[in-house]
Amino acid sequence: MIEYLIDGPLWYLSLVVFCIGVLWQLASIVFARGKTDLSVARGSATGGAWRNVFSRFIPHREIAAQIRVQVIAGYMFHLGLFALLFFAAPHVLFFEENLLGFGWTPMPHWAFIVASQFAFLGLIILWLRRMLNSVSRLISTLDDHIAAILTFIVMLTGCLALLKGFTELRLLHRFTVELLLIYFPFSCLMHTFTFIPSRAFSGAWFGRRGIDA
Amino acid sequence: MSERLEKGLNVLRAEMDHKVKSFFSSCVHCGICAESCLFYTETRDPRYTPIYKTEPLRKLWKNEYSFWGKLASKLGIGKPMTESDLADWEELVYDGCSMCGRCSMVCPVGVDISMVIFKVKHALAVAGFSPEGLVGATKRALEIGSPMGITMTTVRAMIKHVEEDTGLSVPMDVEGAEYMALLSSNEIALYPEYLEALVKIFDHAGVSWTLSSDAFEATNSGLQIGNKAIAGQLVQRVVDGAEKLKVKTVISPECGHAYTALRWEGPNFIGKAYPFRVVHILELLDELQAQGRIQTTGRETERLTFHDPCSIVRRGGIQAQPRNLLGPITENFVEMADHGSMNWCCGGGGGVSSNERAEDLKLTAFNRKKSQIEETGAEAVVTACSNCRMVMEEGLETNEMDIPMLGLTELIAEHLADKRPE
Repeated sequence: MIEYLIDGPLWYLSLVVFCIGVLWQLASIVFARGKTDLSVARGSATGGAWRNVFSRFIPHREIAAQIRVQVIAGYMFHLGLFALLFFAAPHVLFFEENLLGFGWTPMPHWAFIVASQFAFLGLIILWLRRMLNSVSRLISTLDDHIAAILTFIVMLTGCLALLKGFTELRLLHRFTVELLLIYFPFSCLMHTFTFIPSRAFSGAWFGRRGIDA
Repeated sequence: MSERLEKGLNVLRAEMDHKVKSFFSSCVHCGICAESCLFYTETRDPRYTPIYKTEPLRKLWKNEYSFWGKLASKLGIGKPMTESDLADWEELVYDGCSMCGRCSMVCPVGVDISMVIFKVKHALAVAGFSPEGLVGATKRALEIGSPMGITMTTVRAMIKHVEEDTGLSVPMDVEGAEYMALLSSNEIALYPEYLEALVKIFDHAGVSWTLSSDAFEATNSGLQIGNKAIAGQLVQRVVDGAEKLKVKTVISPECGHAYTALRWEGPNFIGKAYPFRVVHILELLDELQAQGRIQTTGRETERLTFHDPCSIVRRGGIQAQPRNLLGPITENFVEMADHGSMNWCCGGGGGVSSNERAEDLKLTAFNRKKSQIEETGAEAVVTACSNCRMVMEEGLETNEMDIPMLGLTELIAEHLADKRPE
């Protein structure tokens, strides 16, 4: 019964909530009102937007030393998670059988181990910093902590499921994924998508002023 | 709900546009912006973290625009904003932020934090949570025409001295002139050598220009305090003056926020595009130099460095021009380690220098600039903003550093070749 619920209705429900929620949130940003800038542009807003979307992946040299923990841990976590999500063998199979109808070459087992270690280490460092650093502690919200915990649990159950191969662990992993999908559109996890318009909007502003951002 | 709270919240609601929504949806509270802010780096007080200064607007976004906020409100368990949500942020926003925009350069998700802080400032100003010093300056700007209370009589007296010293006349209210120059309060009260330099350079380059007795003041206290309506009124005076004289271009003086107010925000404040062009004095000098209309002679031999004014460089895009101008007249120019669009603020921008309450904090923040200057080993510092110059002179004096501050326009004037090129 639980297996049917998790593999069936709850999966579809979470997928629908995720898709509609994400689209709704993105639409609420894209279609929100904004005023036309009446000043005469010096440079290209479009060029600035594109540039900013990509240039922000690399921190400014002038501040790199002060933020290396966040940058290194951030890249470890995000790249590790990306690799696990799209190249772990069970995920590739899942995408092929349940969503896309085609698959791609999964990463070997050793790469899975490396990616998961990167992702776990990165997330743990970021989370510890969030709790221990006075700045991060002050500005963090309950949502930040829930998102981190939920992501950690999803990763943990996923790794255990793959390494141990128990059906119960697979179900537990899938259940936590479904919780994450439902929580996703209403949380800071939306930054997965909204960082693009955010960077584009500020980049356009810098671009039309001819600022080297 | 009190009237002032309602006023403040209404402004915050009006400021909730697509940019703000994308910014708050993206922020993961990483705290990277703290390391970019000199008020944080010099005090290590986490409250000065830039994104924390936007908290009033974030709270409103959370309460009224996020799923959880709306749900909590429907269930009657939400936490409505109170007057302290605005009052408690007054000191952070006015004393602990110079609107330098360095935080906006480093945010990994691209939040223009400085822009959002200005929106919060707007709400605080309308709700009446602003420091006395800025309120007084704004009142004088509206009633007398200048935040320092300078009248046209004072300007005329200064013009008389400049004409005596240079032997050149200062054109006033010349209809049809190509350029209309503006002055900041500081340039009238503290640095009259700026006008003297303009007179010499424009005579040398054969520039058709004028001052306006209706619109001589470029300082915009409305922008400093964050009140867009007042900022618009002050910009409109300049627009009216320029239209009356039918000039083609208005020259923003060596003043960072005046440039922002006039060049970038002005048309939005008054709700229409200008019928004239606005250039910063450095842009104009660079253009004249490129056209060969400014010929210089001799070079400064002492070790010089340049302080990039935030509003002109980082938020204004004028980065190459000061270097183009300094090149031919210096032989021992050295850049600060962090320069250009990532330069550190002097600590007195965004109205901080007009806010007596922030004096100690401003001097603490200046320590960053002090270290920067010391690292270069410079014997003099050149800048292109009278406010930066004033703040840095005070900081250097307080720290007993015998390093003169120079205005770039004056430096150019000192090196003009004797004869105007034919």
